Amino acid sequence: MESGCSKKLLDLIPQEKKWGFIENQNGISHGSSEEKKLELKLGPPGEEDEPLVSFGYFSSTKSNAKHAHNKFPPPQEDHRGGVVLAASWAKNHHHQPKPPNCSQKRTAPGPVVGWPPIRSFRKNLATTSKLASESPTSLPHKVANERNPAAPETRGKGLFVKINMDGVPIGRKVDLKAYDSYEKLSTAVGELFRGLLAAQRDPSADGPKQEEEKAITGVLDGNGEYTLVYEDNEGDRMLVGDVPWHMFVSTVKRLRVLKSSELSVINLGSSKKGKRVQN
Amino acid sequence: MQKEMAYSFPDEVLKHVFSFIQSDKDRNAVSLVCKSWYEIERWCRRKVFIGNCYAVSPRMVIRRFPEVRSIELKGKPHFADFNLVPDGWGGYVLQWIAEMAGAYPWLGEIRLKRMVVTDESLELIAKSFKNFKVLVLFSCEGFSTDGLAAIAASCKNLRELDLRESEVDDLSGHWLAQFPETCTSLVSLNISCLGSDEVSFSALERLVDRCPNLRSLQLNRAVTLDKIANILRRAPQLVDFGTGNYAAELQPDVFSNLAGAFSSCKELKSLSGFWDVVPAYLPALYSICPRLTSLNLSYATIQSPDLIKLVSHCPRLQRLLFLIQVLDYVEDSGLEELASSCKDLQELRVFPSDPFGVEPNVSLTEQGLVAVSLGCPKLQSVLYFCRRMSNAALVTIAQNCPNLTRFRLCIIEPKTPDYLTLEPLDAGFGAIVEHCKDLRRLSLSGLLTDHVFEYIGTYGKKLEMLSVAFAGDSDLGLHHVLSGCESLRKLEIRDCPFGDKALLANAAKLETMRSLWMSSCAVSFGACKLLGQKMPKLNVEVIDETEPPDSRPESYPVDKLYIYRSVAGPRFDMPPFVWSMDEAVKILH
Repeated sequence: MESGCSKKLLDLIPQEKKWGFIENQNGISHGSSEEKKLELKLGPPGEEDEPLVSFGYFSSTKSNAKHAHNKFPPPQEDHRGGVVLAASWAKNHHHQPKPPNCSQKRTAPGPVVGWPPIRSFRKNLATTSKLASESPTSLPHKVANERNPAAPETRGKGLFVKINMDGVPIGRKVDLKAYDSYEKLSTAVGELFRGLLAAQRDPSADGPKQEEEKAITGVLDGNGEYTLVYEDNEGDRMLVGDVPWHMFVSTVKRLRVLKSSELSVINLGSSKKGKRVQN
Repeated sequence: MQKEMAYSFPDEVLKHVFSFIQSDKDRNAVSLVCKSWYEIERWCRRKVFIGNCYAVSPRMVIRRFPEVRSIELKGKPHFADFNLVPDGWGGYVLQWIAEMAGAYPWLGEIRLKRMVVTDESLELIAKSFKNFKVLVLFSCEGFSTDGLAAIAASCKNLRELDLRESEVDDLSGHWLAQFPETCTSLVSLNISCLGSDEVSFSALERLVDRCPNLRSLQLNRAVTLDKIANILRRAPQLVDFGTGNYAAELQPDVFSNLAGAFSSCKELKSLSGFWDVVPAYLPALYSICPRLTSLNLSYATIQSPDLIKLVSHCPRLQRLLFLIQVLDYVEDSGLEELASSCKDLQELRVFPSDPFGVEPNVSLTEQGLVAVSLGCPKLQSVLYFCRRMSNAALVTIAQNCPNLTRFRLCIIEPKTPDYLTLEPLDAGFGAIVEHCKDLRRLSLSGLLTDHVFEYIGTYGKKLEMLSVAFAGDSDLGLHHVLSGCESLRKLEIRDCPFGDKALLANAAKLETMRSLWMSSCAVSFGACKLLGQKMPKLNVEVIDETEPPDSRPESYPVDKLYIYRSVAGPRFDMPPFVWSMDEAVKILH
């Protein structure tokens, strides 16, 4: 489809030959100081008064648009513009040392984001297989997919662990980094499941609550209807609150809210092989 | 149609003829013949592919094609795979589902790639389409097993559920149990992305049991080796199988059970999975190896000798994906073994097991790829990670494999020169584009100057997708590509010294492409604004997570730039860190 004037305005470098022509005319006569000005400058603002080359070029080109339809504007019409292109386009940078990355945000060699180009789930295969070979009967916690929501995620964004409650088929996740004490955690857990339990009892309770939601309290002290337990990295089931908070956070793998009446039935502290999803 | 025109056909005949035309390109051509053909064609188009979900709006698609049964959508730019696109960028499918729910009650197939799919979207699909058959979520995210439960429960005739490489929030393994007992229609089930989360194995077994047409099954890592036999005995008709965890203590009865189960699958042609492989169990596969055409061992951290032994049993292998372990020189000779036994090989992918290792790993080098190129004349598709390369090797590969259509080479350290001559790898890649006349996809790496782009622009006439990183010297490089590559559809560039000139000079070219991605380059904010202003059919989006681009001088380069053609105008779901350069949007702000 034939493009309008605006496209031709921008299509200013139709052939390489013209560049060669321009080079002969102008390329050689300009010194390095001019070059410096014409090179794309990527330092912080304020270091240079002049705007970037290309932008200056195009503002002058606009005035040429009327008489030059598709032609490369001859150098004498806009000296600076012609110079710009000659200098930058024709210049052979090969002999220069490798130009640094243009917007190099890192000064020292460090990990580059997204390089080498492999998907996240391929990144940790070497380490996770080592875990597997050491204990072939249990599954590695951290899997190849570093964003696997099953294992506790610690990406600096939070420590998410799964939490299930007796009688509620749908589990949830809590971010342990959002709390700094057992009290805050137990309040949060209570809030989390209160709504779920209410919905369980009356599935159609979408709008105004049909019955008052029972507050879930006392999960830590054994007095409430429910008790909070957790499974640690050795597969043992423990009561939440027994160890210092930071130790809990570093060893917890998942949480459970159990009916207190069933606590005696469950053998706390014994080692269980693997994880069993009850709900 | 007028009766006196003897050569005109009634609509019904044309419709019937058009029904044989499946390719989108052909259908598009048909619709341009005349107005009546346009009308007839649009009413009978059943399949729509939308390569960029923002190129067109759902309403526009529905208006033109009112009777669609199958839709495929792609969302985020490819570089999102490597974490270059921030979370929240976009690619939400909900609006599409919502509009299609009303307009396409008979929609049966939805295929999505790199899109954000919420549980709400999945529930809407489950509710709205009574004849829903195929759901493919390739590299998607945003949903949980709750959404899957809704799909399983409601889609009575589901044939395909494929979640490959997606991120699923696993809240409960019981979603599989939601498939009703009456569901017997499954043909393909891929849950490999569910990782170590347990799915209800008994529900899976029962499902497999009652679906006699199940041809393709990919398990997740939580399924242990001892369970494979149970599954395979229930589905001996499988053609494509992905194991879960392939590790267990070696026990003779488990081994013989497994071997027996594999050998009972007479149609099995393709294998994948193999997390945490215990090599002692690999011989269980030997009975089916002679039939295998595709083998994906890219998660199998086994050593090369075991890999070679396995592969040498697979003479009919056409597709091989594997992971190279950091070991000794065996790797290259291993590939030589492969080259001598798998003459039909068409696709080879070699992934790095230790991509961030600082040590130069000399165990896998360019020699391996050269050997394969020599021994496997049918080679068409290559993805190869290595740590050194030479121009000579690339020239040899190019000459040996003129049929290459996809060539992606990743030399792990950026800007690595030819290790023999210390020169840039321009000539080597130049040979690739020159000899491989049907090359459609190319990814570059190593030390490269503007010259390589001159070659690409000159010879890469069929090139559709080009990925560039840490290459080039000046805008001339980009100009060569934009002006020379006639078939270019997708261009993605990172960390290259390309600025405004080439982009602005080739602005018209951008309307002929699907999209352009440039990050950590030298394109100024001013140039972006100019493009947005002058090119209304392009959406020019600047991505910057640190601060708004207009808080700096216009000459300052933008961090990330994504330009794509669109007939829908600027999108409405941009997050705060994405700025549209469209004039219309700016006025609204």
